[in-house]
Amino acid sequence: MSVTAAKSQTLVIENLNKTFRIKNSTVEVLKDVNFAVKPGEFISIIGPSGCGKSTLLRLVVGLDGEFDGGISLGGNLIKGPGVNRGMVFQEARLYPWLTVEENIFFGLGQQQSPEEKKYIVQEHLELVGLESFAKAYPHQLSGGMQQRVSIARALVNRPQVLLLDEPFGALDAMTRINMQQEILRIWETEKTTILLVTHDIDEAIFLGDRVIVMSQRPATTKTIIPVELPRPRDRNSYDFIKLRKEIHTKFFAEVEVPFAYSI
Amino acid sequence: MMKKFGGWLKENILALATPVVLLGVWEITSQMGWIRASLLPPPSVIFKVLVELVKTGEIFANLGISILRVAEGFIIGATLGLVIGVQVALVKKFRTAASLIFGLLRPIPVLAWVPVLILWMGIDEGSKITVIAIGSFWTVLVNVAQGIRNVDKKYLEVATILEKDRKTLLTKVVLPASLPAIFTGVRVGIDVAWRSVVAAELIAASSGIGYMIMYARELSQIDVVLVGVLSIGLTGILIEQLLKLLEKRLLKWNVNLHES
Ligand SMILES: Nc1ncnc2c1ncn2[C@@H]1O[C@H](COP(=O)(O)OP(=O)(O)OP(=O)(O)O)[C@@H](O)[C@H]1O
Ligand SMILES: [Mg+2]
Repeated sequence: MSVTAAKSQTLVIENLNKTFRIKNSTVEVLKDVNFAVKPGEFISIIGPSGCGKSTLLRLVVGLDGEFDGGISLGGNLIKGPGVNRGMVFQEARLYPWLTVEENIFFGLGQQQSPEEKKYIVQEHLELVGLESFAKAYPHQLSGGMQQRVSIARALVNRPQVLLLDEPFGALDAMTRINMQQEILRIWETEKTTILLVTHDIDEAIFLGDRVIVMSQRPATTKTIIPVELPRPRDRNSYDFIKLRKEIHTKFFAEVEVPFAYSI
Repeated sequence: MMKKFGGWLKENILALATPVVLLGVWEITSQMGWIRASLLPPPSVIFKVLVELVKTGEIFANLGISILRVAEGFIIGATLGLVIGVQVALVKKFRTAASLIFGLLRPIPVLAWVPVLILWMGIDEGSKITVIAIGSFWTVLVNVAQGIRNVDKKYLEVATILEKDRKTLLTKVVLPASLPAIFTGVRVGIDVAWRSVVAAELIAASSGIGYMIMYARELSQIDVVLVGVLSIGLTGILIEQLLKLLEKRLLKWNVNLHES
């Protein structure tokens, strides 16, 4: 089972439009969003708060089916949730009544035998480096550890696409850098396609093959910047800093905030 | 062990010392003749009567009968409350259909049902058990329904993304997530049940702790009345502690519990 894994397929988002109805008015959130993600590609998405980044991921994962346009994976339109897409939220969203291993186990479907499941859970505990915390409850873990469990839970089904919605947003700077290394390692082992929403330009460049800069609401994805830096990347290298500057400029061109806004 | 007890004592010294001091004052003022013993006998006398009632077994017999009634009534009421509470929470049609009826019936104090039930079922077990069942029914129903409806949507989304079916969603997510609320329902439900049994017995009964109190009142045995009243409180504490213990075991993961 696990070997048939992620033969990743292209994720295509075409003319995606999304509006919310609040009472009698409509709010346009996503407007003509177009982009394609190659199998195994790592995409970072940045954009101002409230522009619709989470909404975009929720549409891709299938939590919200009310939109115009098309989202397809390997040519198949996405109509609802499916285990070929995994998601990690800003909060770890672990079930507090389950232990670490039970939480990861919960991610699995019904296809595997109990032995297989046990093996997969063990494998993923190791993948995120939490073997010795298998029996702990979420409240006994640090924020970063909880988030790693959440990542493991999202990975057990070997999703073709992994959606990460500001997964490290709540972590301190040091832990966050560790987690970035971790996610790179996982990405390299699992060869999953990753869409990562972040509000950290550094993080976006450090991780992504391309960085999508979304505009203020209604958000478009007109600016897509390729990150042509060799990996492992050095945050202090000249090219890195140059790119950061470029994205910074683009970002504020899109956002048009009149006052100093630091992200 | 000793150290643990020492720590426990230190923490609870105030809670323990207060009643001891009050009892002391009560005893001394009684001895000095400031309080009329026919209205409020001193603690020493009450204690003596208690020992006597324990020796003859009268108090346990009556408490036992009341507790049995509570158990029976509570099991019926709580089971119905649980089943219907789940329906109320999950089935919108049911909720709408029941809303007016429930709105009307729920605020009725349990004791208002006593005369009705006596007319319908007489004064023996049936009417008492029904009173208790009604009391616990509403408490459990309300807490279960609220608990289920308040389950964090985020938990449900995780299950949805993982393509879990409705059964898994209910048994693995909704149920455990609402377990703390359900437990609160059970705790408050038993509390209500315990109060209602005593009240029902005070109105009409031929056995039980409430009956013992009423009977002693007719004989003007103020000490027996007081022992009866206090034993209701003590039993209440006992039940509460037992439930707390059970809750701690069942809901190990609930961080909010460990703090208190
Ligand atoms: N369920 C909803 N109903 C109505 N409006 C919504 C709903 N969800 C999101 N919105 C609106 O859509 C817009 C985009 O929200 P979204 O959560 O996608 O922003 P975001 O880019 O993720 O922001 P942040 O960086 O702060 O997380 C917001 O203006 C929000 O008010
Ligand atoms: Mg968001």
